[in-house]
Amino acid sequence: MKKGLLFAAFLLCITSIQAQKYFTRTGQISFFSSTSVEDIEAHNKAVTGIFDVPTGAIQFSVAIKSFHFEKALMEEHFNENYMESGEFPKSTFAGKIQNIEAIDFAKDGVHEVTILGKLTMHGVTNEVTVKGTFTIKDGVVIGDAKMKINPEDYKISIPDMVREKIAKELEVTIKMNFKEKK
Amino acid sequence: MKKNIKNVSLFLLASIFAANVSAQEVDMLAGLEDDSTEIVYATASYKSTRIINSISMENTAEGVLDLRISHRFGTINSGVDEMFGFDNAVTRIGFDYGVRPWLMIGIGRSTYEKAYDGFFKAKILRQSSGAKNMPITLQVFSSVMINSLKTSNPSPDYFTSKMGYTYQVIVGRKFSKGTTVQIMPTLVHRNFVQTKAESNDVFSMGIGGRQKFSKRAALTYEFYYVFPNQLAEEYQNYSLSLGIDIETGGHVFQLFLTNSTGMNEQQFITQTSGDWGAGDMRLGFNISRVFTVKQPKHRD
Repeated sequence: MKKGLLFAAFLLCITSIQAQKYFTRTGQISFFSSTSVEDIEAHNKAVTGIFDVPTGAIQFSVAIKSFHFEKALMEEHFNENYMESGEFPKSTFAGKIQNIEAIDFAKDGVHEVTILGKLTMHGVTNEVTVKGTFTIKDGVVIGDAKMKINPEDYKISIPDMVREKIAKELEVTIKMNFKEKK
Repeated sequence: MKKNIKNVSLFLLASIFAANVSAQEVDMLAGLEDDSTEIVYATASYKSTRIINSISMENTAEGVLDLRISHRFGTINSGVDEMFGFDNAVTRIGFDYGVRPWLMIGIGRSTYEKAYDGFFKAKILRQSSGAKNMPITLQVFSSVMINSLKTSNPSPDYFTSKMGYTYQVIVGRKFSKGTTVQIMPTLVHRNFVQTKAESNDVFSMGIGGRQKFSKRAALTYEFYYVFPNQLAEEYQNYSLSLGIDIETGGHVFQLFLTNSTGMNEQQFITQTSGDWGAGDMRLGFNISRVFTVKQPKHRD
C-alpha cells in the first residue's frame, strides 16, 4: 500500500515539473510581396503564441485586422476584399515542434527547429512545415522563422487586373519573444 | 488477489497520468486571448466619401489626400441635338484631406455658378462591436459656399450675399458586409434670396446608402426631401440620385443618374430644377483617387 501511494505521488511530481509553457501576446509577423509593379508590406505586432515544452505542441493566433500597411487604402482592401476579415477575423496555427526533447530550455543557446502543423487562414486549412531557430537567452525563448505562403492556397481570390501587383508567393517573417508562463 | 488489485489500480493510475502528458489536441490558448477587451470598429462602410452628391459616413484616412473630379451632364431628354446632355456638362474639382482619423476637410471649385466650397466633417460617434457596443456612426458636417457670378444688381452686402452655409448631421450604420444606410437631417442657410417666398433657412431630410453586389461594386442611392414652402416655385422639393460605384485599385468610379445639377449641398438640395417625372434626369460621374501624403505614427 505504501509503495503504491509512493508511486502515485512520484507520477504526480513528474507531470507537474514537465508542464512548462512559454507564451507571448506581442509576437511579430510581417509579410512582403515584391513585384516589378509594386511592393506590398504589412506588419502585425500583436500575435499571440504559446508552446508546451514536454509535448512540443505550439499554437499561434493572429488577428487579421492587426496587420498594418503604409497605405490606408491597401489595408482596407486587404481586409475587405482579400482576407474578408469580417468573416474570418483570425488566422490560427496548431503544430508540433519536432524533437523538442533535444532542447534544454534551462541553458542559453541557439537551436534549429522544425515545426509541422496546420495553418488556417481565410477559412482554409493547409499542412505547413516551418523551419526556424529558438534562441534561449536569460529565460526568454526568441523564435525566428521564415516561410512562404501562396494566397491562392487559401482561396484568396486575386482579380486579373491586379494579378501583376501581387507576388505568387509572399515572404512571411515571424519573430516571437516567448516568456515562461507562470 | 490483493496484489492483483494493487497492480491493476497502479496501472490505471499510471495510464491516466500518461494520457494527460501526451494530450496534444488541447487548445492551450483557450481563455488566454484578450478578446474581451477588443473593440471591433466598423470599417469600409462605403467605397468613397460621397454616396453620390452627399457626404457619406466614410472618412478619408489620416494623412490621405483624395482628389475628386465630378461631372454632371445636361438632361437626357434634351435629345440627340444636345447629345442627350453631353454638350452641357458642369465640373467640380475638389481635394479632401484626412487631418485625423475623426476629422476630414475639403475644398472644391465648380463650374456651375462658378462656386467655391469648403467644408469639414467630424466623427462624433463611431460604430463598433465587441467590448464597446455603438450601433451607429454619427458625424457633423459644415460647409460654406460662395458663388462668384457677377450680379447685375448688387445688394448692400455684395460679397456675403453670394454665400451660403450648410449644416448636416449624418447618422449611419453599416448593417452588414454589403449594406450601409444613413440619414442626413440638413439645414442650408442662404445669406441672400431673391423673394420673400423663399426661406433663408431651408430644412430638409436626406437618406442614402449603398448595397454591394460584388466585391468591388455597389449600387448607391440618395434622396433628399425639402420641407414645403421654403423654395421658389421653379425649384423641386426633392433630389434623387441612383448609381453604381466601381472600385479598381486606387480609383473609385461613381456613375449615376440624378435630377440635380449642383455638386455642393446648397446647390443640389435647394437649387434643383429637374424632375424625374418629366424625364429631367442627367448622367453624372465622380472619380476619386487617393494619395498617401503623410504617414501617421500609429494607424488605428
